[in-house]
Amino acid sequence: MRASRKVAIAASSVLILCLMGSIFTLRRVDRMRNAATLEEVLYVSSPTALKRMSLGYNGLLADIYWTRAVQYFGGKHHDGATHLDLLAPLLDIAAALDPQLLAVYEFGSNFLAAKPPNGAGMPERAVKLEEFGIKNNPDEWRLYYNLGFIYYLDLKDYAHAAETFDRGSHVPNAHPWLKILAAQMAQHAGEIQTARMLWTTTLQSSQEHYIRANAVAHLRALQVDEDVTNLERVASFYKQKNGRWPSSFAEIARAGLMTGTPVDPLRRPYRLTTDGHVEVRSPDDLPFIEKGTPPGYVPPKKPKFLPTD
Amino acid sequence: MNSNPMNFRIAHIATNTFREAVRDHVLYNLIAFALLMSGAAILVGQISFGIERLVVINLGLASVSLFGTVIAIFIGIGLVSKEIDKRTLYTMLTHPVRRWEFIVGKFVGLSGTLVVNTFFMAIGVFAALLYVSRHFQKADVWVLVALYFIILQFLIITALALLFSSFSSPLLSAVFAFSLFIIGSFSEDLRGFAAMTNGLARWITTGAAYLVPNFSALNVISSVAHQQPVAGHLILYNTAYALLYTTMAISGAVLIFERRNLK
Repeated sequence: MRASRKVAIAASSVLILCLMGSIFTLRRVDRMRNAATLEEVLYVSSPTALKRMSLGYNGLLADIYWTRAVQYFGGKHHDGATHLDLLAPLLDIAAALDPQLLAVYEFGSNFLAAKPPNGAGMPERAVKLEEFGIKNNPDEWRLYYNLGFIYYLDLKDYAHAAETFDRGSHVPNAHPWLKILAAQMAQHAGEIQTARMLWTTTLQSSQEHYIRANAVAHLRALQVDEDVTNLERVASFYKQKNGRWPSSFAEIARAGLMTGTPVDPLRRPYRLTTDGHVEVRSPDDLPFIEKGTPPGYVPPKKPKFLPTD
Repeated sequence: MNSNPMNFRIAHIATNTFREAVRDHVLYNLIAFALLMSGAAILVGQISFGIERLVVINLGLASVSLFGTVIAIFIGIGLVSKEIDKRTLYTMLTHPVRRWEFIVGKFVGLSGTLVVNTFFMAIGVFAALLYVSRHFQKADVWVLVALYFIILQFLIITALALLFSSFSSPLLSAVFAFSLFIIGSFSEDLRGFAAMTNGLARWITTGAAYLVPNFSALNVISSVAHQQPVAGHLILYNTAYALLYTTMAISGAVLIFERRNLK
């Protein structure tokens, strides 16, 4: 073997070994360092400065920042994090770089408004973002719908929700339900039917898998809440008549108060407890339910969407 | 060649410039571009939300513009100096090729290279667009307008690179051309600054703002990505502006090169 070849082989081996060694060492160092020192940071936080720096390619930069926001939210959501400090600035930058980028308002405000771990729990920032979107895209009825939704669901501000749905209903080609929602909001804001109408509109008007799955899960949860309320009312009525709680749904059916065994939206039969409470069999599969959970039930950090959603 | 008409001589220089650029593997950038476009089209759908089409247009057109700008500057700055270094310029000028014909021929050749390059990249953009949207839309025609504006931008940059290379070293020409590209992207801000100043400062800033090329008016990428139409008048005025500015820069290059001592 020629001397130069030997040197080449030796140098290549040393290079590869040193590279692997340095990676291994760095990983150990990362593990030893305080997490705060590795915290994510937004080096340029001014949308105006970024717009200038984009040299006119602000649309592309907006797409990059929006993708960063989606990745940031996805990563934090996956880890069950409760602090999403960079989400709002990332969304603000994406919106400022390209005010016509509707995805930022349509989905970003949902990420912002929902309570942790489903979102950042910042409904006021979501309202600000949506208002910015409406200012720049006044003919997009979906933005009014999203804003009304945030007022309704996250802020429980039914007056503002009604006013926003009403504003949206006057936009050309607006979904006809906006008018109905505005009226519903004014009269029956807290009712299940109103919530069902909102989630159904979301399901009908979105093509995005995550949004649709979320809407389906919420519709199922509303169904469970309604079923449990009705079934517990029937059980109470049985007790009033017979002086004791029914032992099963079959017993209630035999008394002529219902037909068959009731099932949840996943076609699994409800369970009746000895004290007249109604429970679902697998609450983990029915995220967002407020009724029908066993005592002491703690929902998983991350809502479980079924593969069929 | 003596009996050849002027147009033939310019066409001959232009063809050779084109061939040389192809021989220099300039069109290899198309491979990188194709990879970038197909990668973006597939990847973005998986890592982002609701912007697949937008990304293909934004990334595609921004890449066409940036790749072309880099090619225009790096080849443009060497067009004159290379011929001097290789001493081929002297051979050429001993033939009855006038100096201005040499400059114009070089400009036409490099512009042709960039147009061909843009044509292939445009095919890539539309292929990626078809992949993500499954079908073309009526508004996609505005993407063609954005591509046309990008070509106008290349004409200006090529002319400027030639202007600088007619009197300066390649390194300095590159610095000048890149600086003007960046300043030209800020030209509307420059005009904004001018409006804020008074007196002599206002005159100087306004003059500078009109002297540097205005690239921001030629950039309609974001609006066509949102399917917004481009006004017919803008197409007309941008064309006139680009042609006037290019002719001005080429005239400057010719003026300088005519007086340059090549010994």
